[in-house]
Amino acid sequence: MDTAIEVTGLVVRRGKRAVLDGFTCAVPRGSVTGLLGPSGSGKTTLMRTVVGVQVVTSGTVTVLGSPAGSPALRSKIGYLTQAPSIYADLTVRENARYFASLYRLGASAADEAIETVGLTRAAHQLVADLSGGQRSRASLACAIVSRPEILVLDEPTVGQDPLLRDELWAHFRRMAADGATVLVSSHVMDEANRCDRLLLIREGVLIADDTPAAVKKAAGSDDLDQAFLNLIRAHEKVPA
Amino acid sequence: MILLSTIRRILTQLRHDPRTIALIVVVPTLLITLMYFMYDGQPRVFDRVALTMLGIFPFIVMFLITSIAMLRERANGTLERLFTTPVGKLDLLFGYGLAFGGAAAVQAAVAAGFAYWALGMSAAGGLGLVVLIAVANAVLGVALGLLCSAFARTEFQAVQFMPLVVAPQLLLCGLFVPRERMVGWLQGVSDVLPMSYSVQALTEVGSHPDPTGTMWRDLGVVLGAIIVALAVGAATLRRRTP
Repeated sequence: MDTAIEVTGLVVRRGKRAVLDGFTCAVPRGSVTGLLGPSGSGKTTLMRTVVGVQVVTSGTVTVLGSPAGSPALRSKIGYLTQAPSIYADLTVRENARYFASLYRLGASAADEAIETVGLTRAAHQLVADLSGGQRSRASLACAIVSRPEILVLDEPTVGQDPLLRDELWAHFRRMAADGATVLVSSHVMDEANRCDRLLLIREGVLIADDTPAAVKKAAGSDDLDQAFLNLIRAHEKVPA
Repeated sequence: MILLSTIRRILTQLRHDPRTIALIVVVPTLLITLMYFMYDGQPRVFDRVALTMLGIFPFIVMFLITSIAMLRERANGTLERLFTTPVGKLDLLFGYGLAFGGAAAVQAAVAAGFAYWALGMSAAGGLGLVVLIAVANAVLGVALGLLCSAFARTEFQAVQFMPLVVAPQLLLCGLFVPRERMVGWLQGVSDVLPMSYSVQALTEVGSHPDPTGTMWRDLGVVLGAIIVALAVGAATLRRRTP
């Protein structure tokens, strides 16, 4: 299996606390991989490491064969932060066009991304005037505008209505089918079911890395919510 | 080109904020008008103070605007996101320097033009040089603002850097007490503050019809200070953060 992201023995310390403590995982190319875990478990830190903006204590992170954060990777990665990180005093289109220009792409790429996230009718509105859900979609448009090979999405569907969530997931699946590698964090379990693989992380430690079906089987439950509870309890009984 | 589109982005942000544009353009002109009435009947004092202020206003305004704008980039997460894209640090630093430098040119031209034609301020060396030095000073404000924003976590802190960076330069630039009459160590401090040179350059323009060697040297010192501030700013800007 072709690996897009390879994390080996990753340790990230913030102050005295180890946010990630010897984390090892591999994300296959062309897949949608879900990153699941309670808040504060290290999901965002892992994503920041993959996109190369996190100071790492030790361990290696390799993305498409290069160390994470290499200049060559910057044109191949799209990153959606958890809080919408776009310019509130620009319109949706101005934001998308600016981010498109960073990859030497033109207005048509920007308009296409806006259409993908269903914001064409709001394209001329200032981001400051949008609803919370619209803002995060505008931010998503800027992450997918370059059609990246690696797409790292931190909670992309929070605050979106079910119909739109369904459309966005269909889009992530399409991107993966076209060869992109999608790493997406979520805490909605019905979304986890739509991933090819799941990484369950708790207190900076990986406690499951498998397909949704295999995770459910190993935990002895057909319900992913229950499966994760079982896994976490089982993990706590066995001292690492 | 990334630098050009960054400049365009920053100017578009400014364009969506007409009140800020109005403040940038109008406030220095209003304050200089105020001085005109303060120094009623003392045209020579007004000339000296107005010229100096034409250099100082753009510096203060651009320092504040830049440090807040950069802090917003950090707080909104746009800075972190930009660092995952092909944007270079210099694209950002020069983007802000050139975009706000352009805004400062408009500000300085309006204020200097108004002081010259409406308030009768005289500048022997001509308005062009006054505006040139004012713009250099504004870009210095941008460069120092970019640098200081690296040390501020919050808007409260960023605003506190204003008195810290601006006030000593304002007090020691020769506006209140001629530099040669300061005690030795104060003169030494004044000698290493870049604003002392821009104020001296403006004074030279005010009293000599042709650009003097001192003026060019002073302008060179200001440009050097800009380059040093931008270089240190680039060094303190980190793609990776804890």
